[in-house]
Amino acid sequence: MFSILKKEIRSFLSSLIAIIVIVVFLIANSLFLWVFKETNILDAGYANIDPLFDLAPIIFIFLISAITMRSFSEEKKSGTFEILTTKPLTDMSIIMGKYLAGLIIVIFAILPTLVYYYTVYTLGLPEGNLDSGAVWGSYLGLILLSAGYVAIGLFSSIITDNQIVSFIISMFLCFFFYSTFDYLGSFSFFKDSDFFIEWMGISYHYRSISKGVIDSRDIVYFLSLIGLFLWLTKIIFSSRKW
Amino acid sequence: MSIRVENLVKTYGKQNAVNDITFNINSGEIVGFLGPNGAGKTTTMKILTCFIPPSSGRAYINNMDVELKAIEVRKQIGYLPEHNPLYTDMYVKEYLHFIASIYHLPNTTKRVAEMIEITGLQVEQKKKIGQLSKGYRQRVGLAQAMIHNPSVLILDEPTSGLDPNQIVEIRNLITTIGKEKTVMLSTHIMQEVEAMCTRVMIVNKGNIVANGEPHELKQQFSSDIILVVKFNQILNKEQLKELENMAEVKTANNNEYHLKGKNEEALKALAFNFAVKNQLMLSEMKVSENSLEDIFKNVTR
Repeated sequence: MFSILKKEIRSFLSSLIAIIVIVVFLIANSLFLWVFKETNILDAGYANIDPLFDLAPIIFIFLISAITMRSFSEEKKSGTFEILTTKPLTDMSIIMGKYLAGLIIVIFAILPTLVYYYTVYTLGLPEGNLDSGAVWGSYLGLILLSAGYVAIGLFSSIITDNQIVSFIISMFLCFFFYSTFDYLGSFSFFKDSDFFIEWMGISYHYRSISKGVIDSRDIVYFLSLIGLFLWLTKIIFSSRKW
Repeated sequence: MSIRVENLVKTYGKQNAVNDITFNINSGEIVGFLGPNGAGKTTTMKILTCFIPPSSGRAYINNMDVELKAIEVRKQIGYLPEHNPLYTDMYVKEYLHFIASIYHLPNTTKRVAEMIEITGLQVEQKKKIGQLSKGYRQRVGLAQAMIHNPSVLILDEPTSGLDPNQIVEIRNLITTIGKEKTVMLSTHIMQEVEAMCTRVMIVNKGNIVANGEPHELKQQFSSDIILVVKFNQILNKEQLKELENMAEVKTANNNEYHLKGKNEEALKALAFNFAVKNQLMLSEMKVSENSLEDIFKNVTR
């Protein structure tokens, strides 16, 4: 697993995908948070970094799909899939190696945003007038959400040997799980089940964790989502044996 | 027994890619796996390397079932897949290090350096795999297959797409390695089999149609011996007729004639006596063996 993990991270770095993703993520966030008029924190008047946590899930839909799109589809296309699967590695260790590599890159994209936290913390009046609990909750939520996205991305990558197709499917699935359930829940014809439908979506649990209250149900939701997609990936991975 | 295959069947949809084949390969053998395209060579190899499971039947590597002990089996085989897939954006050394790390080799750096030397990659070792020519890529593929010193090597068309010099080098490499390991290789090139292999297996439409040492096969599939004789001049009609009365004659070109018969010595004596009698000089006389190529054509038709 670790040899795969190491190889994946090296290839992310040498193909510049990792660098581009991190840089684009940070530039986009910085622009929205500090420069653009509508969303900027300085004009908002409150010492919080909520705009970051509203934006990041949307940006990640694109960026995480871009990170994961090649992980299996490229191996399948170039035939190296056969090299990997005839080495003494279990299917799951290959999947987990790739999964963790993707997740680590995403975490490295998130880490520099701690600067925003420090900035707002210092700018607060009085200094430190910032709901730190909510911020740490939000960070945890963001990492769990990214972990879910990476699992979705890996699944999209294993079902096709075309990177573009994988990218589009991954974006669609991430978007679907992130926000579609919210909209569906607001339709009146679902009547009483609206809560349950919203509960199925990522954004409900993400918002819930962002409040700073870490509810085990939210954690379980995210872990199940990750587990579900990794399990689906495993099934498709083994499908060569059918 | 290094490789043991029992009643192996692989079906894709309704098509039988491998149709109930059984064979054994002992350690130390270099076995050439021959067959026309789509005969089931690659499928058999994929099953032996645990890439795909058989539809029915069993395959064992070093007495371990490829389905039940896949991880153990994979540790003991080196596999060069067809078309030699590689990570083109990795450096040669980086790639070999990666493969070595999968096998948890104790002294990776030393082993990688050794493999680079054995496969003759010294000059190219700092390049990206994508920049290498086909011959060098093939060497990287071989290095990758042998880095963990496996006892069984399965090579799917190891010399395809190489130039004649490279083919010779790769062949020598395989022969050297094959002295202590079991090698199973598939190829389309007959000379290659004659040059390297201790045993030949010819498959056609999923069945083994010939199996044995090259010279055994030649005897088995050729009952007639052809003696090529060359005289110092073209035979005139009478002489030819005389010769034809004694044996089946085929005029090849100019003064070369092919005599067909059952007994080699008798044919030689006949040709000699004929020459003496007609005061001809025998400038050449040799037995033309049925080449493996002919056998291949015969059994795969």
